[in-house]
Amino acid sequence: MAMSLAFHIVFACVGIAMPLMMVVAEWRYLRTGDEVDLLLARRWSIGAAIMFAVGAVSGTVLSFELGLLWPNFMRWAGAIIGMPFSLEGFAFFTEAIFLGIYMYGWDRVSPRAHLAAGAIVAASGVISGVFVVIVNSWMNTPVGFRLVNGRPEEINPIATLTNPAALHETVHMTIAAYCATGFVVAGIHAAMWLRDRDNLFHRRAIAIAFTIGAIAALLQPISGDASARAVARLQPVKIAAFEGLFQTGPHAPLAIGGIPDLKARRLRYAIELPSMLSVMTYHNPDAVMRGLDSFPEKNWPRPLIAVHLAFQIMVGAGFAMAGIALWGFWLWLRGRGIFASPWFMRTLMLATPLGLIAVEAGWVVTEVGRQPWIIYGVMRTADAVTPMPGLDITFALYSLLYLFLGVTVAFLMWRQVLESPTSEEIVALMASGG
Amino acid sequence: MHLALWLVAGALLANLTLYVLTGGADYGSGVWDLFAIGTRADAQRELLTHAIGPVWEADHVWLILAVVILFNGFPAAFARIMTAMHVPVTLMLIGVVMRGSAFSFRGYGLGDDRARRRWGRMFAIASLITPLLLGVIIGAIAAGRTPANPARLSDFITPWMTPFCFGVGLLALAMFAYLAAVYAAAEAADPALAADFRIRAMVSSIIVGLIAGAILLLSINGAPLIWNGLTRRVWTWPIFWLTTVAALAALWALWMRRFALARICAAAQVALILWGWALAQYPYLLAPDLTIFNAAAPPRTLAILASALAAGAVILLPSYGYLLRVFKRHQRADRIVMAARREPETR
Repeated sequence: MAMSLAFHIVFACVGIAMPLMMVVAEWRYLRTGDEVDLLLARRWSIGAAIMFAVGAVSGTVLSFELGLLWPNFMRWAGAIIGMPFSLEGFAFFTEAIFLGIYMYGWDRVSPRAHLAAGAIVAASGVISGVFVVIVNSWMNTPVGFRLVNGRPEEINPIATLTNPAALHETVHMTIAAYCATGFVVAGIHAAMWLRDRDNLFHRRAIAIAFTIGAIAALLQPISGDASARAVARLQPVKIAAFEGLFQTGPHAPLAIGGIPDLKARRLRYAIELPSMLSVMTYHNPDAVMRGLDSFPEKNWPRPLIAVHLAFQIMVGAGFAMAGIALWGFWLWLRGRGIFASPWFMRTLMLATPLGLIAVEAGWVVTEVGRQPWIIYGVMRTADAVTPMPGLDITFALYSLLYLFLGVTVAFLMWRQVLESPTSEEIVALMASGG
Repeated sequence: MHLALWLVAGALLANLTLYVLTGGADYGSGVWDLFAIGTRADAQRELLTHAIGPVWEADHVWLILAVVILFNGFPAAFARIMTAMHVPVTLMLIGVVMRGSAFSFRGYGLGDDRARRRWGRMFAIASLITPLLLGVIIGAIAAGRTPANPARLSDFITPWMTPFCFGVGLLALAMFAYLAAVYAAAEAADPALAADFRIRAMVSSIIVGLIAGAILLLSINGAPLIWNGLTRRVWTWPIFWLTTVAALAALWALWMRRFALARICAAAQVALILWGWALAQYPYLLAPDLTIFNAAAPPRTLAILASALAAGAVILLPSYGYLLRVFKRHQRADRIVMAARREPETR
């Protein structure tokens, strides 16, 4: 399941954000008649369609796996969390329908209807992502039922949708999807542009993708800060694990890096900024932060080091992208634009994987950070798992399958990139079509 | 409460029906892709590819929706099916993934001919295996062979290793292939291609009939609940005769080359077979103990689910109708160049 999710999340992110880029490109084409924009929309749509298809089938696997691996969780929680899943089903259906129209309908529907179909794909992608994340946020802050002898009673599925973690988790994830995809696309095109610097196709691609990625990257620290403060309020043990904070007390330091030492109960080799964690969380250096020592050890997220490191990686990658975004805006404000600075473009190329790294790390942060619970404070993961023997085989099978798919998709995308038009071809296209 | 329960149960059956009639036919197309023979083999493959290309992902979502309705509306049944049927469901999912990704890799892959043929082969084989496993799972559900507390490895294997279950698997495969052949005959612009699929449709219609008969006999021992349900209920004979009439009408229409009519009759026939199964095991979801009443989610969940389904249908059905209208209205679907696959110099 973890394997499937880690795999699926990449496709889901690209599936959420890529349609927006292709729609922007097509909208520009309809407005200006610039053939480069049309070419870009078509090329990106093929990438989006491959990603969507793989995302769709891996999503199917997930919907079954909920039951295959966690039957007790589903028996217990199915009636509570079914609501966001059903709504997600509809959003996903709309996405699939209009993607079909978009991909195969270039000369079957009017240009406006075609653009509208693309916009619906982009919107329903976001909506379906939001519903899935709502389920995850419910697992962190379960509401909408009353526990009676270990069974849920008085179930209120609507309350699930507005659980306390829903807002910050969905905003954070949606921005992350745009940010990660924007940087991946911009980075790949930057690599191509560096070899062929008159290429309008790659220039246009970078302009659109980087704008989306950069705006998202600048918004993300704000959303991240809000998320962290919400987690401190809702799941204090989780934030203590993020920070590797063992001791409860005021003036809690903000740790950068470091390895949690379980025996000595302290964080080793970290750079500590005194009182910063208290300030960031409560805007007050005297505020008391609860450390891991105020929770029973059996409720600590395990493995602690994974949570702490993943959190550091996520935040680090996020700030790196925000920095690149600021650099880009600065170049733009100075009037010569990002293309005048080869160093910026090289950095952009190197930053290609940063967003996806941050997404994967963030996923580890929220999932492993919730352990040992599958439903925070209510059901332990170990109690939810299927009694089926030989689960390793299932696991190995899925791992092989995903490895195979991942390699294939990477190969196909690589081929797509290699076959992108050269600057001479663009000039020829402009001459003939423009 | 009761209204909501009926709406949810009805929506589940409607979803499964739509999945079989659309998504099932997409799998059937993969089967004919595998068995494309003769001088027009490539043309046959092209017709099938263009017929399912724009719609398969949307069709596929009917299955996801059915699963979601099942775990939202009947969580106990979902949990038991997914536990007891772990092995065939896992295998089926691998088929689902292989089919879908191989199809899009072939379509959008921009590769050379050899690579595309390989993807096509994988797509076709996965299209053959997946419906078979889906049928096996449905067979085990129908036979009431989903143990409540499986523990040993054999509990996860022996329940569905029966002739009845594999019979249902073959029936699912044959029905899907039958639907695909009828649809393809109706969509082909070239009369020679239509004739190819007409023959295939008629042959598979007869195979469907033979397998259905064999399953009925197997059910005496293999699935007594179904046998009793099919033979001793009030609705038995109306359903039986309606199915037979639809099957014969479809055959006649194929013979007369009235493909549009054949499409409707074949779809009705398959839907009736599915409903016959559902009615035969009513009120059980999973015999011998889980019924649609005692496996249902609490009333409030059901009521909200029913309203969500109704609201969703208002958006979904017109959109789906629009999709079918755009791509299925013209009978010359095979003449349209797959715009996205080729470079836009055609524009």
